[in-house]
Amino acid sequence: MNVVVAMKQIPDLQQIRIKNRQPVFDDVPLTFGTIDKNALEAGVMLKENNLAEKVIVLAAGSEDLEDTVKEALAAGGDEAFLIVGDDLNGAESSIIAQVLAAGVKKIDDVGLLLLGEGSGDNYSGQVGSRIAEILGWPQVGYAGAIKLEGNKAIVTRVLEDAEEVVEVALPAVITVVSGINEPRIPSVTQILKAGKKPKEVIEEDELDGINKEALITTVSNLAPESDRKRIVVKNVAELVDKLRSENMI
Amino acid sequence: MAVLIFSDKANLALELLTAAEAIGEKAKILVINDDEQAEILAHAGAEVYKINNNNDVVLADTAQIAAVVKEAACKLGADIVLLSSNRRGKELAGRLAQKMGAGCLTDVSSMEINGGRIECKRNALGGATVATQYINTDKKVIAVAPRSFAPYAGSGGKVEELALDLPAAAVKVLEVKAKETDTVDIAAADKLVAVGQGLNSKEDLPMIEELAKKIGAEVACSKPLATDKKWLPEERVIGLSGKICKPELAILLGISGQVQFTVGIRDAKVIVAINTDENANINAMADYILTADLHEAVKEMNKLLG
Repeated sequence: MNVVVAMKQIPDLQQIRIKNRQPVFDDVPLTFGTIDKNALEAGVMLKENNLAEKVIVLAAGSEDLEDTVKEALAAGGDEAFLIVGDDLNGAESSIIAQVLAAGVKKIDDVGLLLLGEGSGDNYSGQVGSRIAEILGWPQVGYAGAIKLEGNKAIVTRVLEDAEEVVEVALPAVITVVSGINEPRIPSVTQILKAGKKPKEVIEEDELDGINKEALITTVSNLAPESDRKRIVVKNVAELVDKLRSENMI
Repeated sequence: MAVLIFSDKANLALELLTAAEAIGEKAKILVINDDEQAEILAHAGAEVYKINNNNDVVLADTAQIAAVVKEAACKLGADIVLLSSNRRGKELAGRLAQKMGAGCLTDVSSMEINGGRIECKRNALGGATVATQYINTDKKVIAVAPRSFAPYAGSGGKVEELALDLPAAAVKVLEVKAKETDTVDIAAADKLVAVGQGLNSKEDLPMIEELAKKIGAEVACSKPLATDKKWLPEERVIGLSGKICKPELAILLGISGQVQFTVGIRDAKVIVAINTDENANINAMADYILTADLHEAVKEMNKLLG
């Protein structure tokens, strides 16, 4: 059985600058979302425990993906399956879900599809659930632990006020929380080897039946206005005075 | 444009009733296997439809719940489904939307009618921006962030039973463990003292707690302190994947100010940043900035505040 980990190529959020309330993407490198890396680590650990044969990284985006995916292959992915299209970076959840579901169908013997509970940039959390519906698979979101027993997964779902341990039959879609593990940092050797790992790259238009109708319209996307005082105080005594004068303490 | 509401939590369902009102709709509410919730909501004036004591319905099975909610929306003539954007609601949103052929927005923090459209606001780009968006399709699934609307308080509600064809559950619940009770809700606190990676060690937490106690605040933190270092529980995390807080006062200690954090605190009334780096991002969004070692500053504050 193979584990597929779906990862999203996003701009490095630390490097986005805001100018006139607009985000500026010039020269911002692409990377994978942080929780996506927890999903990958969860898949790699299943393989290391001999519960999965291969860990296949699945992603849809611009052709930069071929470069971006190297970090995932260095961190333990065995192979990559990439769906490339100019308009796929930042495409809406309903379209990406169809594209990734079509990708899953092209991969042999998938027992488990892992994702982060939300992407690093949009954090909408829709894609995993939409894929599960398209494939007709059961799903468990917000996994804090995953065990595989035969053709079943025993998953601990971490909710706000409780944890529930559930059992689902495979194949299934599972999304993970960042607390599930600490993603490994690949060594230099692993990074060098990553370039040689197998990659299958297909064009988006090779996939049939993708409905590219936009379900969402974005009216604006602006940094919030901030009108903070930004008063620099010299010492703690001055700070305490200021807060007292505002009746804050 | 009838609206159907579903949440596993009564308090969040009450907020959704207010949200529905904001878009000019009186909503119907679906309650699954929860008599107490049905009663609370009816008492607050809601039109409740309940599927009762049905052991075949498993809340943990997102696919099954999506089928139930879709069927209920269909029967009750609702095109718009409002869910709570807590973890259960958010997981359900995508599956339900896919099933209904609906556009979907999650973590929505405000909704208003503009030119006949329901304009929703939500954080984007990890919280760096706020996007205003609307759903193009007739069928809509909107998951509303907790605490975005006040709980609804009306009267004269009613409860009706709803019979539905239910698909079988495919998820089996083996065990439910209540989380260790952290009774503090940082999202509800008036004042917060939040620590970040500038904190040297877990042994320094007591003086942070002391400061919080002196000013009547709760202790919160940035994500790495809970998920990597595990010095504080996850419930205390401020930010995009933690809690969105709007306190009167927030004292931020040793926090650099990545957007995923600041999105959770930028609506505070007064923000104080204490940091060794005078160019820290957090200073751009603070009202009072002190460039100092947080440990020294906190010790001194504790002394000054007696």
